[in-house]
Amino acid sequence: MNGKTRNKRLKQARRLEQALPSYQARRWTMLGLLMGAASLLIWRAVDQQIFETDFLQNEGQRRHLRVVEMSAHRGMIKDRLGEPVAISTPVDSVWANPRTLSPDSRILVPIAKILQMDLDSLRQLLARRSDRSFVYLKRRINPDRAAKLTAYVSDNEIAGVGLQREYRRYYPDGEVFAHVVGFTNVDDEGQEGLELAYDEWLQGTSGKKRVIQDGRARAVKDVENILEPEAGKDLITSIDRRLQFLAYRELKGAVQRNKAKAGSAVILDARNGEILAMVNQPAYNPNGSKQGKVGRFRNRAVTDVFEPGSTVKPFTIAAALESGRYTPGTVIDTAPGTMKVGRHQVKDHRNYGAIDLSRVILKSSNVGVSKIALDLPKEKFWGFFSKMGFGEATSTGFPGEVTGQLAPYRRWAEIDQATLAFGYGLSVTPLQLARAYVVLASDGMRYPTSLIRQDEPVKGERVMKAKTAKLVRKMMEAVVTEEGTAPAAAVPGYRVAGKTGTAKKSISGGYADDQYISVFAGIAPASDPRLVMVVMIDEPSAGEYYGGSVAAPVFSSVMAGALRMLNVAPDALDDSMVKLAGSGGVK
Amino acid sequence: MAHYKPSGLPESNPTRAEGILADLHLDLPLLTGLLLLCSFGLLVLYSASGQDMAVIERQLIRLGVAFVVMIAVAQVRPSTLRRWAPWLFAAGILMLIAVLVAGQVGKGAQRWLNLGFFRFQPSEMVKLAVPMMIAWFLAEKSLPPKWSRLAMAGVMILIPVMLIARQPDLGTSLLVASAGIFVLFMAGLSWRFMGGMIITAIPVAWVLWEWGMREYQRNRVLTFLNPERDPLGTGYHIIQSKIAIGSGGLYGKGWLNGTQSYLEFLPEGTTDFIFAVLAEEFGFIGILALLAIYIFIILRGLYIAAQAQDTYSRLLGGAITLVFFVYLFVNTGMVSGILPVVGVPLPLVSYGGTSLVTIMAGFGILMSIHTHRKLLPT
Repeated sequence: MNGKTRNKRLKQARRLEQALPSYQARRWTMLGLLMGAASLLIWRAVDQQIFETDFLQNEGQRRHLRVVEMSAHRGMIKDRLGEPVAISTPVDSVWANPRTLSPDSRILVPIAKILQMDLDSLRQLLARRSDRSFVYLKRRINPDRAAKLTAYVSDNEIAGVGLQREYRRYYPDGEVFAHVVGFTNVDDEGQEGLELAYDEWLQGTSGKKRVIQDGRARAVKDVENILEPEAGKDLITSIDRRLQFLAYRELKGAVQRNKAKAGSAVILDARNGEILAMVNQPAYNPNGSKQGKVGRFRNRAVTDVFEPGSTVKPFTIAAALESGRYTPGTVIDTAPGTMKVGRHQVKDHRNYGAIDLSRVILKSSNVGVSKIALDLPKEKFWGFFSKMGFGEATSTGFPGEVTGQLAPYRRWAEIDQATLAFGYGLSVTPLQLARAYVVLASDGMRYPTSLIRQDEPVKGERVMKAKTAKLVRKMMEAVVTEEGTAPAAAVPGYRVAGKTGTAKKSISGGYADDQYISVFAGIAPASDPRLVMVVMIDEPSAGEYYGGSVAAPVFSSVMAGALRMLNVAPDALDDSMVKLAGSGGVK
Repeated sequence: MAHYKPSGLPESNPTRAEGILADLHLDLPLLTGLLLLCSFGLLVLYSASGQDMAVIERQLIRLGVAFVVMIAVAQVRPSTLRRWAPWLFAAGILMLIAVLVAGQVGKGAQRWLNLGFFRFQPSEMVKLAVPMMIAWFLAEKSLPPKWSRLAMAGVMILIPVMLIARQPDLGTSLLVASAGIFVLFMAGLSWRFMGGMIITAIPVAWVLWEWGMREYQRNRVLTFLNPERDPLGTGYHIIQSKIAIGSGGLYGKGWLNGTQSYLEFLPEGTTDFIFAVLAEEFGFIGILALLAIYIFIILRGLYIAAQAQDTYSRLLGGAITLVFFVYLFVNTGMVSGILPVVGVPLPLVSYGGTSLVTIMAGFGILMSIHTHRKLLPT
């Protein structure tokens, strides 16, 4: 190394030293900033990890621990023999979290396809609920679609869609039980009928469990069950499925044949007031879509009233007998077939002349019963009808039940007392009428009606002397003969007591001339009553409108089948039947 | 300072290992710090990725490439790097323009240039090209620089920063800007100028805020500054990561036991928000350990810059180290909720390869500066 290069290097070094000032202040500033930033980070960590750690840990748990509901199995509804009429089956519903579900068509198109949804409506649904984290895409999908969706979601790791186990209500007997049983909504809550009336009983309590969920709101793991779901209890109704089917078939046939607007039929157990069948027309299928069918939901047997007309005449006769002033043989002069009450006129079909009480019922004489009614003290007469349950709710607790009307006697004009005797000026439901007939059938006992099977003996209340009931029943048997108004109600092999009714429909400002309600109320077998049935056909318009020709045939065919099904012993075996039975016994 | 020893002559007999390192122009303390950091990072990444070995393998390959780049750069003399500076800078600017014109779009931003055989992110190169350029430019004349030169340097910084911000890539433009500003600061940007800038910035910002912005724009700024205003958008990240950090407590939940990341609550758990995973699993102790490694690397870098023998090296070395620090501070500040959410990875720990190579190339420059010194006699 020679001196020249050394000198050159020295110069270079000097220049470097001059060129770069040492900037001590800047160095310290830099180091200060560095240390300041580092301490800021450390202070922040201390703050979060030591002072706030409990709070933040809680926040974390709040996010990844979630309580989910476990829906409880809804109880079954069964008929009195244990046949199910409403069953819950497990199904899956599809939910989405609009915040995490990607709006990408590549993801939504397959989902829409699996769910058989329109892509646009799916998008709209998600857009509408974009501020929420939960929306049902489709409730209660078929199991095979549920399986497809599960496979698609897990194969493609799609976030924000999942299945939720729910129960779907299924009604095996469809429209036959529709009115009595009602139905539930998508949330498994009773909406109509027994489903509504006994909602709490059937529902049970849903359980709760804690799960760990991941950031896509998928439950990863169950942690604990907080509350076990408690399945709902089964409900055993008083309805006999066989009678219900029979009554439904016959009523539907009659409503169609007579081109009627509506109809109801009720069968009660004559011995304790249990409802064995209750059917209506029009009906609906509770398993199907319910849109636009609200009018069909009504269980008309308890929600709709009508003026019972002549079907209450047996009670007027019974009131007369109970008063002690009349016997079956008491003669009443109904000539000339009309009668003036105040400014009104009561009319019979024709002039029956002087007839005894039995014939008053047989001929259904309005003049006859009016005379009796006007002869009885107002409050006694009113009190007797009241005791029969008119104007009083039945004890079924059925949703939407109406009480009907029995005007208080204090406000009666003379004509009101007279018309009540032949069934105008009061309104009843088919079930109320049937309940009143149970009094006649059970030798004077009034029983609470019930839609639930009664396993204990039902306590009744005596509201009529047994003798009176028997006498009236005897008189009513004549109605179901060739001489009476309802030979069509006869049941081969059984004695039947009954009464027809053909009431003009009340419209605003009076009574319609061409709209009728045809009713038949009957008891069988008359000697030892087992069943009471009321058939009501609203506005028959195919020509016939008399209770004896429209409603009575329904009674006859249903009773014939029902008595046989219930193995009720015949009480009117004529000779040919005895012989037949006898020959069966001979070898 | 009277005598120089010829370069390359050791003062004492080195050990064998030191000899190899010296031959490779590597700095042992810096290398140790970097290896320690990368190992810790891989450990956290393994947990954050849900124990996915494929992720670890890919990251190992990237780290390998980055270390090779570092070693390669370390062989280049600082004087050579100095000569390259203007050319590198010019090429960088051209490519940034090309990206805006014909770049590839990814994740909503135009950052990539497809050169046929491989994809390339010019903004990464510019991260080094800018401090190199400014250092070269200012070191040409005596320091402190004159106002005119400072203004020109300012424009040189502003052009790439604007181009990158247009992509848009706020994080990178911030890093590039800070790299340039650090060079200016170290070169002797006057205190008065800096003070003046700050003093004028405040009223300008206020005027802009009151009259220059509409309500929704103000809301956007407020949300940017405080993400928790928008708990379902950007705030979601911050809330989840705060929960993760806080849940760690003093000692952490233990390796592989973090629930926030495991249950996928924490978004970007392997990339920008990996710090939260570390904090949840290793707790406060883990954060201290991580910061200790970083601070060691930074202090070593600053030491190397201080020991540099020419202005260019000193400015460049200081800038590279301080940018590394900005990476660290912006990322950890963002994850722990001190700073707004800007997409900056945790250097050498976050999963992903692009910035890794640039950072390691920067350390290569630092090693080159240190190992190519002309040793002075003491």
